[in-house]
Amino acid sequence: MPDQATLVEEIPSLGPQPAAVPPPDPGRERFFVRFTLAQRYMHAIMFVTFLGLAATGLTIRFSTNTWAQHFALAIGGFGTILFLHKLCAVTLTLEFLYHLQNIAVRILVRKEKGLLWGPDSMVPNLKDLKDILGNFRWFFGRGPRPKLERYASWEKFDYWSVFWGMIIIGLSGYVMWFGPFFGRFLPGWALNAVQIVHGEEALLAATFIFSIHFINAHLRPDNFPMDTTIFTGAQTEEEFKERHPEEYQRLLAEGRLEQTVTTKPPTWLMNFSKVTGFTAVLIGVLLLVLTVSAYFRE
Amino acid sequence: MSPLGKLKKVWAKSLLSGKINPVRWPESETNNPLNNSSGLLSASNRLNGRSLSLFTTEISGTTRPRRLSSSPIAIAGSLLLPAQQENGKPAIAKGSLRSKAFVAACVLLLLASFSPAIQAQTDCLSCHGDVTMQDAAGHNVGVDANAFHSSVHSDLGCSACHASIKAYPHPDHPQPVKCVSCHADEAAALVGSVHEHSGDQPCTTCHGTAHAILPKDNPKSAVYPLNIPATCGKCHGDAAMAKQHHLANVYPQYMDSIHGYAVSQEGLLVAANCESCHGSHHVLSHTDPKSPTFKAAIPATCGKCHAGIRTQYTAGVHGTALAAGNLNAPSCTDCHTAHTIGQPTMAQSTPMCGSCHQAQLSTYRDTFHSQVSNLGSYVEVARCSDCHGEHEILPASDPRSPVNTANLVKTCGRCHQGANAGFVKYSPHANPHNRHTSPLLYTIRLAMVLLISGVMSFFLIHSLLWLIRSLVEKA
Repeated sequence: MPDQATLVEEIPSLGPQPAAVPPPDPGRERFFVRFTLAQRYMHAIMFVTFLGLAATGLTIRFSTNTWAQHFALAIGGFGTILFLHKLCAVTLTLEFLYHLQNIAVRILVRKEKGLLWGPDSMVPNLKDLKDILGNFRWFFGRGPRPKLERYASWEKFDYWSVFWGMIIIGLSGYVMWFGPFFGRFLPGWALNAVQIVHGEEALLAATFIFSIHFINAHLRPDNFPMDTTIFTGAQTEEEFKERHPEEYQRLLAEGRLEQTVTTKPPTWLMNFSKVTGFTAVLIGVLLLVLTVSAYFRE
Repeated sequence: MSPLGKLKKVWAKSLLSGKINPVRWPESETNNPLNNSSGLLSASNRLNGRSLSLFTTEISGTTRPRRLSSSPIAIAGSLLLPAQQENGKPAIAKGSLRSKAFVAACVLLLLASFSPAIQAQTDCLSCHGDVTMQDAAGHNVGVDANAFHSSVHSDLGCSACHASIKAYPHPDHPQPVKCVSCHADEAAALVGSVHEHSGDQPCTTCHGTAHAILPKDNPKSAVYPLNIPATCGKCHGDAAMAKQHHLANVYPQYMDSIHGYAVSQEGLLVAANCESCHGSHHVLSHTDPKSPTFKAAIPATCGKCHAGIRTQYTAGVHGTALAAGNLNAPSCTDCHTAHTIGQPTMAQSTPMCGSCHQAQLSTYRDTFHSQVSNLGSYVEVARCSDCHGEHEILPASDPRSPVNTANLVKTCGRCHQGANAGFVKYSPHANPHNRHTSPLLYTIRLAMVLLISGVMSFFLIHSLLWLIRSLVEKA
């Protein structure tokens, strides 16, 4: 029995069914689905909770800094900080568990081979390695720009770093939260170790997302000032051809390209995406500046 | 001149010439008891035996008293004698002893309203009672008679202090008053103290105007416990004076302290004023080993009031170290300060302990405990004293110490419900930066730092090259 979530992930909500798609019109800009509504919600929940976790967590981590103390004071002191941190943590944990359940269903129940291996999979493959090397050759003008499939190598890195980051940070966080409980099973040093691991891994996650992810996804010249695809779910044909040429050609060759055509996102959604995205980027960059300055003053 | 006026004058002369030494009224009360509604009888009843016997001796008219009391009754009795001698005949020639006594009592009653001491003062005050009076050099030599009459010295004649003035007219430059002639103990205590050479009149600097000195239990006295801070503060609240003598300007600090508040706002006589810790006449520098504010003596000084805390402190590591002569060990004031003592707040305790225990503070700073306390509004967090105790701090090896391994479950369990033997193996002062003391944590931390720097370096270079390439292609 396919659950509701699976359906949501599979059916592009932003657009009519392929049958209703108008025939190609050279004069009109066409839009293609890149992310499902569920994926967009997942990202939204994740970036909101991640910003919450980062803002509160970095405040705790750099608690000797004036900005941290003022921020804590402004929102109600340590009690509020820790409450919000735990609230975001639990929300993100639930999302992560939902994602795991979704993957499990798609692999075990629906036997989706493409999820684990192939052009649509998040699992790194040989092409990713070639793309990375090709990218460096291109940087130095020693070769053409690699033609990307559905997910770029750095996007896969984003995914897996968040995946493992959530496991490491989450588990260590729960060990700290329920110290006496875990104290029954874990050696004494582990209680000290989780504190280091939680803090350092979270520092990596925050600095990585607020710099590398922002640059790669939004701020680099190709996408500047903002790639709204993760918010609207749709990309233009031009963007599709330019960013994911191999996927475009593959879908075209397989005759599945038309299946992913969707309508132009409404104006309000475009504007909402820009405002939300910019806000998130600004908060992230602010946190990055505070974090880096605090880290090197430690 | 009336006979009564003559009586007064003769007595005053004899007093000024030193023939009669007035001594203190035998009771502490300085008011003239005969002015009370209780009258002579009750006043007589209140006299001690000696004065009473003196009184009866005089009215018998047979012997001159060996020693006069300045009590109005006794003095009034003594007045009879010179009066009799001057007139050349007995003042009371006829009648029985009983009737003589009655007449004497009547005379006494009349005279009693004119205290002989006041009589003497009256003579001086006839000139010096003008409070604006000045001598040739322009010094004020006026005396506020009302203030003097209510002062602790009101029953003394002027010459008791102004000893060089024996008659009128008196010398233009009488000898300075020497308080030491009566107050020898206090004067001796002043010798060697920090105030020994402070000014010409060390006594009046603290005790106030010479002719208006009040007993120290009088709330208006300059040395009444509640007034002492202001009295000392006249000098020790003067920033220029403090700077000149390389002293802290302690008065404002003290007044803002918990002791100063208790004295100035609550009016607590038991609260520590300056004298409580520094003493009064024999104030010594805190560097003097004999001083009550010398480091090793401070626990005893504070312990005069804070006896319970002193007992705890003495039993702890800090107290035993100080008692053993280690002056680096903290005494009360090292943590609580001397003059700015406030209500102890836990937030201050951590940097306070950390000022000596720097390594422990540093490792504490890495912990969640410290982070919570830094961000405030959440009091239930472990600070130094929550685990180690406050005044009776014991080494971890001591079975009574709350941080002794055997007590950790209980100590940690005060906050961490369900604390167990495994949980308390957490090391709250582990140092992941030290590879010798915490090799495992050091390795873990190093690995994490390498991970961060590796990932960030790779992607920063990647992004930078990408940016350059993109700009080159667009150009």
